[in-house]
Amino acid sequence: MIEVRALHKSFGEAPVLRGVDLTIREGETLVIIGRSGGGKSVLLKHLCGLLKPDSGQVLVDGLDIVPLSEDELVPVRKKFGFLFQGAALFDSLTLYDNVAFPLREERRSEAEIERAVMEMLELVDLAQARDKKPAELSGGMRKRAGLARACVRRPKYLLYDEPTTGLDPIRADNINELILRMRDHLKVTGVAVTHDMTSAYKIADRMAMLHEGRIYAEGTPAEIRESRDRIVYQFIHGIADMKMKQETTHGIATVR
Amino acid sequence: MQAVLARTGQAVLGQLAQLGQLLLLFLDILRQIVTHRPRIRETVEQLYRIGWQSQVVVLITGAFTGMVFAVQTYHQFHKVKMDTAVGPVVSVAMTRELAPVLTALMVAGRVGAAIAAELGTMKVTEQLDALRTMGTSPVNYLAVPRFVALLIALPFLTAEAMAFGIFAGYVVAVHMMGVDEAYFLKHMFEFTDLKDVMSGLVKAVFFAVFIALISCHKGFTAGEGAEGVGRATTQAVVSSSLTVLMANFFIAVLFNAIIPP
Repeated sequence: MIEVRALHKSFGEAPVLRGVDLTIREGETLVIIGRSGGGKSVLLKHLCGLLKPDSGQVLVDGLDIVPLSEDELVPVRKKFGFLFQGAALFDSLTLYDNVAFPLREERRSEAEIERAVMEMLELVDLAQARDKKPAELSGGMRKRAGLARACVRRPKYLLYDEPTTGLDPIRADNINELILRMRDHLKVTGVAVTHDMTSAYKIADRMAMLHEGRIYAEGTPAEIRESRDRIVYQFIHGIADMKMKQETTHGIATVR
Repeated sequence: MQAVLARTGQAVLGQLAQLGQLLLLFLDILRQIVTHRPRIRETVEQLYRIGWQSQVVVLITGAFTGMVFAVQTYHQFHKVKMDTAVGPVVSVAMTRELAPVLTALMVAGRVGAAIAAELGTMKVTEQLDALRTMGTSPVNYLAVPRFVALLIALPFLTAEAMAFGIFAGYVVAVHMMGVDEAYFLKHMFEFTDLKDVMSGLVKAVFFAVFIALISCHKGFTAGEGAEGVGRATTQAVVSSSLTVLMANFFIAVLFNAIIPP
């Protein structure tokens, strides 16, 4: 389980997170929604210690990772897989070597590495492209390769940063299917940040909306979809100029 | 007046902060070298890119510097009938100053820019974060092999520049200007000591440390987007080159104090 308590983070004078409280339960896929530039990716990077907060706690399986050094974070990060927005594949390595990278760092045998890498590449339908460099892959293929690399160490937690951004609807749905396949196949706990509501509804067991640096609303996809709260409604329906006659808040599990 | 002082103070603090970051990076690299297994494959790859692929640039630089130095000094010495002094002058200048400094400047331009651009691009495309999430230190995986490769390659490149510069100076002086070959060589060996060569090679070690640290630091701290990477690359070349030139003076003073020429 991951617990985030009273997390504050500013960049220069600009506060991005202003007291985030959030719990990610074992086995669920939590989708964090919110406006672009609202701090979703910043929050995600705090979960595995890529960013240090100004104040607050991030508890991973009960351990507060905020005061840990980079060396102390290594065993914690082995529990995580991270799919970056642009996949963040290493340009100089082939697809196979990219996926094999985390296993080679653990000095596993080449036979074991080949078995694990090919299993992952087959799971994301990229076994034929194993010798290609990232520059030769399409955006969708890169995301799938990034997913394979994130999963190859069989992490307990998978973090997805805008997994479908920049993809056409068919390829985006393909990634959503893969995320569900990974969840079922590897039994991972997932946290995804996105503003793609189609994707969010499809992959989420639970959703949380980040607004003005805080978790504004939490609930199941059905509860969020049926929300009449002005802010939530405006975001999930993509309405720039909101003039609702009735502003009610029923249907939301939690509204803060 | 207050505003000027504030701006000056901020600039000084900024420079001190950068120096502190460079020192911390240096200590981290040393710690990683001592505490982690060596990355032989990555280091050899960097040796190839930094050392082997820089040879043409460095050899041309060394050769033409030796040639032009021979031409210029010949015309001066010829006036006082000291033609054969060209040999030792070219030789001592190449070994003590010209080869180490010009090689370092060429490597700072070619390799420093490549390091800063590569690491900067990796930063803005989140590849450095990807390394960290996989439990790999970017300093260990990226900076250490480049640091070690530069430390090995630069003294060799400097030695090559020395040899080619002296040889090219010899060809120009003896075969173009008609300086007596026997006296050219005799005077050259008479006035060029091993300590001249060693002083140039030791300088190359210092310059390698400066170029590696500054280029890696600029890459790791590159700003966002193409503009950030471009700025980091420019700063890496400018800062490395200026540091080489300034450090050269202080190292020369230090060497002359320790081992008088």
